[in-house]
Amino acid sequence: MTDFKIHLLVCGGTNCRSSRSSILAEQLRAEIKNQGLDDYAQVVTTGCFGYCENGPVIKVIPDNTIYTQVRPEDAEEIVTNHIVKGRKVNRLLYKDPRTDKIIVDAREMETYKKQIRIALRNCGVIDPESIDEYIAKDGYTALGKVLTTMSPEEVIQIIKRSGLRGRGGAGFLTGLKWELTRQTPGKEKYVVCNADEGDPGAFMDRSILEGDPHSIIEAMAINGYCTGASQGLVYIRAEYPLAIDRLRKAIHQAQEYGMLGADIFSTGFDFDISLRFGAGAFVCGEETALIHSMEGGRGEPTMKPPFPSVKGFLGKPTNVNNVETFANVPAIINKGTEWFRSIGTEKSKGTKVFALAGKVNNVGLIEVPMGITLREVIFEIGGGIKNDKKFKGVQIGGPSGGCLTEKHLDVPIDYESLVDAGAMMGSGGMIIMDEDDCMVDVAKFFLDFTVDESCGKCTPCRIGNKRLHELLINITKGNGKEEDIERLINLGNVIKDTSLCMLGQSAPNPVLSILENFIEEYEAHIRDKKCPAGVCKDLMKYEIVAENCVGCTACARACPVGAITGERKEVHYIDQSLCIKCGACMDRCKFNAVIIN
Amino acid sequence: MSRIKVELKKKDVDTIREICRSFSNNPDELINVLHKIQHAFGYLPAEVQEVVARELRIAVAKVYGVVTFYSFFSMVPKGRHPISVCTGTACYVRGAENVLSEFRKELNIDVGETTPDGRFSISCLRCVGACGLAPVVMVGEKTYGRVSPEMVRDIIREYEGQ
Repeated sequence: MTDFKIHLLVCGGTNCRSSRSSILAEQLRAEIKNQGLDDYAQVVTTGCFGYCENGPVIKVIPDNTIYTQVRPEDAEEIVTNHIVKGRKVNRLLYKDPRTDKIIVDAREMETYKKQIRIALRNCGVIDPESIDEYIAKDGYTALGKVLTTMSPEEVIQIIKRSGLRGRGGAGFLTGLKWELTRQTPGKEKYVVCNADEGDPGAFMDRSILEGDPHSIIEAMAINGYCTGASQGLVYIRAEYPLAIDRLRKAIHQAQEYGMLGADIFSTGFDFDISLRFGAGAFVCGEETALIHSMEGGRGEPTMKPPFPSVKGFLGKPTNVNNVETFANVPAIINKGTEWFRSIGTEKSKGTKVFALAGKVNNVGLIEVPMGITLREVIFEIGGGIKNDKKFKGVQIGGPSGGCLTEKHLDVPIDYESLVDAGAMMGSGGMIIMDEDDCMVDVAKFFLDFTVDESCGKCTPCRIGNKRLHELLINITKGNGKEEDIERLINLGNVIKDTSLCMLGQSAPNPVLSILENFIEEYEAHIRDKKCPAGVCKDLMKYEIVAENCVGCTACARACPVGAITGERKEVHYIDQSLCIKCGACMDRCKFNAVIIN
Repeated sequence: MSRIKVELKKKDVDTIREICRSFSNNPDELINVLHKIQHAFGYLPAEVQEVVARELRIAVAKVYGVVTFYSFFSMVPKGRHPISVCTGTACYVRGAENVLSEFRKELNIDVGETTPDGRFSISCLRCVGACGLAPVVMVGEKTYGRVSPEMVRDIIREYEGQ
């Protein structure tokens, strides 16, 4: 094997690939060859680094340089200057969005400092398509240790003692679930990995599967050994072609190396994994719905109990865990429960991966210890709000979660505190909103999503949420009535109490938490028929301020429907009956003469 | 929805049969079977569903139930260049709604429809997980990031004559 002096890690996650990172990797390889550096430098395509906003991202090892927004055309300059002459390419270095300071060493990045990477330990570090690189990073040692030196009960005790809880949202103790599946008698059992990441705005499971697929395979095999299952299934979204491809390759490699298949490590333990595909239904993230979908049917949930651990896939005991939960398992086995328990809070151990998105400077994936505050996550790791706007709220836990605000910024992030604050951990999506977002509109958006995704099986969810949605539409159109607020609260609580599965039980959460934290916005829509953020089109009027208008005619020319009239050098006028409220006039006006009323 | 009548040729029926057989005609594999068939035909008209039901020995109603349950499956053909606008939360707060209405205006079709010349169709999807590039639009396999309403016309123009 060649001993390379310099490694160029190119992010090959979905975000960076969409901005041509694979062409960039090719260009770098070609340039290295061109300059005769084949034995000196190597290009490795890795999983996601987490700085998705600034993609494509590359990292140079050993000097820890991060280059952002690199274009394929930059390949030559990087090779010539950085690799040959040892001079960093300053214009491509990462710049701290708050201080404008250029970061020379990645370890200096604020985003990095507060993170602890356990589930993402190999993402952005190894080539996900190479089992050898995974093995070189202690891969499959946990499986070896478990199979050759431990009893299933011992392993379950370790997972239980570690305090690891389900990362898919509910936060159920993982070890307890394993124990339950083990204790249920049955010749045939199944291990299922839930990779149906339906929460819009969360992409950690995809990144783990794209960046470190072997960790999931290893953990599933360990789980199979503990529960007595010999068959593993990964239920994965069809919308994730790259993750599917990498997982397939990884399974194939693991089979070739004898990490999957019959008689693994000559211990007599058989285990294999196959894939099942989702087809675009949010409700399939719920474990009973997921199982029905894997059986080829409509993904409708059923009552629990019986839990899947007792009666799951094809009626057999089935252990269902989420991708991120599985990714933690090999690390816990290798490093021990004490190490894992030392991270996090009293009831929430370890770390959690969050997907930061929306109006924040560093959109991307982060992994932080439980107990960190929202302020640290949004303003330090996330680099603050885009364009120096004012922070308004953060939606945590996706469409089922809640919206937290300024006053919650110092709440520690763990399962219990988030629920107390009116949100929930969920899968870890964090959508940050600024002063330009209308919270009533956001509530409507989330409900629009759940109404669309409701499977229709139970009445409160199917009809109740529809009515809730209609109330919100009325409010955003200016037809809201004073008593609507009470109706929203009553109906929301009934839906929460009476729906069959978590989708319905949590669907009113965004509406209710926004009501609690932003009641004044609802009131402005209902009483004053005004949208303070200027988002709800039916409630706003574009007008021209006579004092500011110089009669330059720019707005009239920009108006696509000819609603603006006025002579040159005279005050212009907007005909409200023609105006479609597109905002083109306001964008064009240089004199702040167009305002929203 | 207007019903599209399709006449299946023998070779089409053979393709469907072949796909079903590759999954051992196992009804548990219905979703995987439908994925493969939609990949081959582009959509899943009623006639195709009837063949699948016969091969897997299940009721047509069950196949229809599954096809209509999942948003990934379509009973109408998509355009040659299917446009998918991501309306996940991250894209939404960064203005996906305006991008979507610009596409609708430019192509004069609504979500779920195909242009009369069969070139474009518009659909919404919920998060491709490229939230760093929000708002995101996909045309076929190609991803466009940070799309603004002003870029819509240029994106459509890229497919001129195709």
